[in-house]
Amino acid sequence: MKIGIPRALLYYKNEKFWTTFFDQAGIEYVISPVTTKDIITRGENLAIDEACLPTKILLGHIDWLIGKCDYIFVPRVEFAYRAQMCTKFLAQIDLVRNTFRDREIQLLFYNLHKKGPRAEYKAFKKMGKFLGLKGAVIKDAYTKARQAQQYFEMFRSQAQIQTLRETKKNKVLVVAHAYNIGDKFVGEPILRSLRQLNCEPIIAEHFDAYECIHQFKEISSTLPWGYNQHLVGAIAKYHDEVDGIVILTTFPCGPDSMVNEMITRKVKDKPILVLTMDTQDGTAGLETRLESYVDILNFKKEHAHG
Amino acid sequence: MAENVNNEIIACFPQWGNYSYAFKFLIERGFGVKYMTPPPITRRTLELGSRYSPDYVCVPFKYCLGCYLEALEKGANCLMQIFGACRLNYYGELAAQILSDMGYKFQFMNMAEIKWTSPRSIIEHMKMINPNVSLPKVVAAIPTMTNMIKLIDEFDDYLRHHIGFEVNDGDFEALQKEFLAALEKVENGKQLKRVKKTFLRRLKQIPVNKPAKTLKVGMVGDYYTVQEPFSNYYMEKELAAMGMEVFRDMNLTNTLIKNQWKKRHRFGKKYAKFNPGATATYTIAEALSYVKQGMDGVIQVKAFGCTPEIDAMPILQNISNDYKIPILNFSFDSQTSETGIKTRLEAFYDMVIARKNTTKGAK
Repeated sequence: MKIGIPRALLYYKNEKFWTTFFDQAGIEYVISPVTTKDIITRGENLAIDEACLPTKILLGHIDWLIGKCDYIFVPRVEFAYRAQMCTKFLAQIDLVRNTFRDREIQLLFYNLHKKGPRAEYKAFKKMGKFLGLKGAVIKDAYTKARQAQQYFEMFRSQAQIQTLRETKKNKVLVVAHAYNIGDKFVGEPILRSLRQLNCEPIIAEHFDAYECIHQFKEISSTLPWGYNQHLVGAIAKYHDEVDGIVILTTFPCGPDSMVNEMITRKVKDKPILVLTMDTQDGTAGLETRLESYVDILNFKKEHAHG
Repeated sequence: MAENVNNEIIACFPQWGNYSYAFKFLIERGFGVKYMTPPPITRRTLELGSRYSPDYVCVPFKYCLGCYLEALEKGANCLMQIFGACRLNYYGELAAQILSDMGYKFQFMNMAEIKWTSPRSIIEHMKMINPNVSLPKVVAAIPTMTNMIKLIDEFDDYLRHHIGFEVNDGDFEALQKEFLAALEKVENGKQLKRVKKTFLRRLKQIPVNKPAKTLKVGMVGDYYTVQEPFSNYYMEKELAAMGMEVFRDMNLTNTLIKNQWKKRHRFGKKYAKFNPGATATYTIAEALSYVKQGMDGVIQVKAFGCTPEIDAMPILQNISNDYKIPILNFSFDSQTSETGIKTRLEAFYDMVIARKNTTKGAK
């Protein structure tokens, strides 16, 4: 049996977790390649016009996976950090099932619909039973996978804090969802341009989630979405230590459309640039905007010193 | 801005169908403060709202913000917002932030802030509307309010089924105006019963010329757009003018008072195995039930960028393919052109007629 994992949406949040789990359980899997223009075009043709860019990317990856594996892993997750999720994570399994109805597609059953601390384990247990694994194997694999993900996130967070404290370059806090910043097509060009402009991109999503979530209420008290709580918390925690904030959004992201407005209204002490990405290619416009933004950062720095 | 001389509290909730009369009853009789019926939505409301809202937020937010701005201009000082399963959860805080950045002074009762497990938090938020609130009075007002909502929905339902076939033009609209004026004056449950009796009788007496078989169209869509006639450009009226009978199950009675979520979810399980979030469950199940009832077409109206409704769209397409019934999608933004909608509706009408003729021929 071979499982296909689309490199989209929740994969970027659970990369180590999922791969370790399947490795430990001895299940073969295939991960779709990094997003290319071809994958996006495929997804665009399959999706509704109005659907957001990450959804189109997901459909493109699934389209690539069909025929290369027995089951496709499209998790349905209702809660993140005990808070609400964007409804696209609730609907994606039905969305995929209905979009690819006429083609042979088998979806792996995984549904996280409870908030409790053991909910995730129970959901994995259910999925493991479906795959024909024994209880002990599931428990072992799950524990190891959870640990792997935890350590991965911890080291990533520590390394980032270290660069934040040590670097002499302009520090730019890049605020974007994991599936946007991790994507080769969406997030990568921005990180590359920032590095070329002699800046150090600090990725908000790489900071420890629970530490950040403690502080999101400083900016917005009723923020309902878990992933946005993480990002806003990172801004609240680290905005004193960076030189500027770049917000990367995909069009037309529901949560971000409102949260970005809140951030720009509440955080006044740092220059903020909001970039909205769409399926159109060509990064020239993006680079120009980033260049002028970095000019402002440099000007501000000189001004402060002079 | 109108000066509020006596410092009295004037509460306001954004315009939403005809429900403002029910909310007015709850606020005035239950909470004991003045309620301002929000000014009816016009182009200006939408323009005001979209000028100060973020660019690609869903349109209901723009309507709400526009309503708040117009209400504040007229002297309201206590605004309210409800909570929901989608972006609606964040409406309150963002609207309050935008308005206070603009320099308005007001009290904002945001239901998304309430911790529903703690009675203290509930009472604290009730005191935001009126510091001297009397809990028994509020509780006593709730049954009449729910009855009022049920009556409004019942009235609207009858209207939807018959307005396209009235003999004398404008009969129904005139009666509806009278009905709403009478509702505004209702002070207790007894009076409501009297209003219900007289107006339902008068409603059924209006002469209609309804054929035994009519063209039936079902309306589905997101919570606000389908319920607020201005935000769907009076589509129900437009359809009625073409001589169609309009069906719409989405209203407060069917969602909040008689919660049918579980029933609907079970009904739509063939297409959506899990809860797709917010109103998408209702959209799918209602569309499916309309199709199974043998209607001639289904129209989905939604705000541009409404995530749950977008996720429901492929499912609606599948339903449409399986049962061979046209399902039309309308996306509304602040810039939607009225002519475009009319053209598409006319095309939809032609399609429904053509389909009816071909199926007749086949039999």
